[in-house]
Amino acid sequence: MEKIYTRTKTIQEDKVSGFCPGCMHSTVIKLVGEALEELNLVDKAVCVQGIGCCGLHMDYIAYDDITAAHGRACAVATGIKRTNPGSLVFTYQGDGDFASIGLAESVSAANRGENFTVIFVNNGIYGMTGGQLSPTTLVGMKATTAPKGRDPKEHGYPMHMCEILNELKAPYYLERTSCNNPANVMKTKNAIKKAFQYQMEGKGFSMVEVITSCPTNWGLDPLKALDFIEEKMLPEYPLGCFRDRSKEEG
Amino acid sequence: MSRVFMKGTEAVAEAAVRAGCRFFAGYPITPQNEVPEYLSRRLPEVGGVFVQGESEVASVNMVYGAAAAGTRSMTSSSSPGIALKSEGVSYCASARIPMVYCNFARGGPGVGSIQPAQQDYLQATKASGNGGFRMPVLAPATVQEAVDMTYRAFDWADRDRTPVLILADGVIGTMMEPVVLPEMKSDEEVAAIKESKKKWACIGHPLDYAHRSWIEPGQWSTQKMQKCNEDAAALYRSWEKEAEAEEYQTEDAEIILTAYGISGRIAKSAVNLLRAEGIKAGLIRPKTVYPFPNYAYDKLDYGKVKAILDVEMSIPALFVEDVDMAVKGRCPIETCLCSGGNIMSRDAVIAAAKKIMEG
Amino acid sequence: METNLCVAGFGGQGVMSLGKFLADATCNSTDKNVTFFPSYGAEQRGGTANCYVVISDDDIGAPLGDVMDDLIVMNGPSLAKFLPTLKKGGRLFLNTSIVPDKIDRDDVTVVKAPVTEMAYELGNAKVLNVIMLGVYIGFTEVIDPAIVWETIEHKLASKPKLLPLNKQAFDKGLELGRSQR
Repeated sequence: MEKIYTRTKTIQEDKVSGFCPGCMHSTVIKLVGEALEELNLVDKAVCVQGIGCCGLHMDYIAYDDITAAHGRACAVATGIKRTNPGSLVFTYQGDGDFASIGLAESVSAANRGENFTVIFVNNGIYGMTGGQLSPTTLVGMKATTAPKGRDPKEHGYPMHMCEILNELKAPYYLERTSCNNPANVMKTKNAIKKAFQYQMEGKGFSMVEVITSCPTNWGLDPLKALDFIEEKMLPEYPLGCFRDRSKEEG
Repeated sequence: MSRVFMKGTEAVAEAAVRAGCRFFAGYPITPQNEVPEYLSRRLPEVGGVFVQGESEVASVNMVYGAAAAGTRSMTSSSSPGIALKSEGVSYCASARIPMVYCNFARGGPGVGSIQPAQQDYLQATKASGNGGFRMPVLAPATVQEAVDMTYRAFDWADRDRTPVLILADGVIGTMMEPVVLPEMKSDEEVAAIKESKKKWACIGHPLDYAHRSWIEPGQWSTQKMQKCNEDAAALYRSWEKEAEAEEYQTEDAEIILTAYGISGRIAKSAVNLLRAEGIKAGLIRPKTVYPFPNYAYDKLDYGKVKAILDVEMSIPALFVEDVDMAVKGRCPIETCLCSGGNIMSRDAVIAAAKKIMEG
Repeated sequence: METNLCVAGFGGQGVMSLGKFLADATCNSTDKNVTFFPSYGAEQRGGTANCYVVISDDDIGAPLGDVMDDLIVMNGPSLAKFLPTLKKGGRLFLNTSIVPDKIDRDDVTVVKAPVTEMAYELGNAKVLNVIMLGVYIGFTEVIDPAIVWETIEHKLASKPKLLPLNKQAFDKGLELGRSQR
């Protein structure tokens, strides 16, 4: 029989993920690993990870990894990539890390057109700390620090990072995907590969925002969480490519 | 080597370049703006990288990244900016990443004043960030010393994989003095330094879990975290023998002036004038304020020393706490202080010393 | 032997350059210790800019002393502010073009130099600081004038057109300084 699937070697063989059931971090990490393998970039890979659940994978991956302070991943990645332009540098951050505590670092790195990739995993809630309000929490969605749900009068509206960064001139590639169904999983992987390729070609800042779920803090079982993505998250965060300068270059 | 007339900030920046520093990220703050300005011109000339960070916090984290990837890296600031850098410094200390940073201290607390002060002593030597780490803190009293200490700091940082702080002040930063610059490390030497860190540098490695680079400023396992802290504590203890002080006219002294940095050189000139008037004064000036040179105070003949006069540009006195621990009650300690950006007056130091000797 | 000098005036009068030329020349031509320290911050907003130069055979303590041996005053407000810091028997170099030369101390030597007018006569108001530096060197002979001129020449290397004018300014100052010895 032909073997048509093997686990990516970029995840340590003897490790079992400690993510909650239905969490999509494991999916995204797998996709990142597959993209690195398929592009033959594992030897060059440096993951700069944020703080929170996004940082849980440092125990599982088998390539180079550095933990950045809360929100500073884009600053750390700037330091690494500027001094080692041959490395493939990407940050791996959640919405609290990337869009709240690290907003200045994130927007500034994008605005400088730093030649690295951001994998922005957006599930609209703080995971590890226990379900607090994030800048991307949906209106009406309950959080442990917004027990009555997000109220625009008090909390404002969800932040759209692809759209915000799309206002800047420098970013080269911005795409929003999801992992809520097999087709979207494949699109996510392709987007990650595209971002990595652009980086190795020296094109500049790239970001893949992945809309994911947090069944535990959303208070939903994993399957219902997939429905929630489809019905609530995606209308707020429409999928698609916001910027691909290679198309403009023809 | 012939001497050149240089501003403290620019001399420190040039010394860093000569020591092989090839990455600097910083943010404008008075009185140290010439450091980023100088390096924005200078680093590209030697194949280095300068980044003006969007904030102090971003800058120090850029340095954390560049240093974790094997490049000799530096940042600098002044007091309020140094406070903001504490996050990245703590990460470097925890993950054992070598880096050098410099504080051209000004008045405080808060935004304080933009003029020189020594109000950051406890922050520099006791708690430069969360988590109870230590690091070498070097306190220059002249532009020449600032240059020499900066050059040495990179070696110390690399040897022990630790942050090193140059605790200067606005006078050392803005004054000009003749300096003899250290030798410029060749491109080959700089490359060799980077190569020597390749094993642990976060730059990408062949797929092999045992040999991957894993920069960990923390641990999930409490046992591992304790072990890291035990190792770090052993390292800190090993620094005791590297404590250094200038001991001047101490053998027969009846009054010892003690001060670091800019106050140290002012106190030294006061010692000379007191001696000229027949008062047996001496000076202990720590050059490393961490590790603290307790030995210099142990060597004093407390049968002769009537008192120690702590001279510092800080109110309340801060440096005096380390002096107190070193003196261990063997003689009284008095203070001569100024603050707010005022520079220590030699006449005030002399008057304070005379008052003690007469009283 | 230690000399403490304070140079004070308006921002834009080249006060800092004057101090730097002198200190730099001392560094280049002697093995003495020398410091230059600019005063910055709140004081500058009050209309005065000032700097301190200390030249010494021994280690220098503070780069600004409590008491000045020499004082160069380029404008009125600086006279009021810094005259009290001048030691008894100290030397005051006064820009008499814009500062009245009647001072309320008789225990100091006053060297009068109408440098603003002299600069206008040379056709460039900006060279008043170089004239004053010449006056100071001519009067005190603290270092060889040739070395000071070399330093100025070196600093102005990127603007060679300005050299003849500055040379003229420096020489005029020297002459005036020497004449009052």
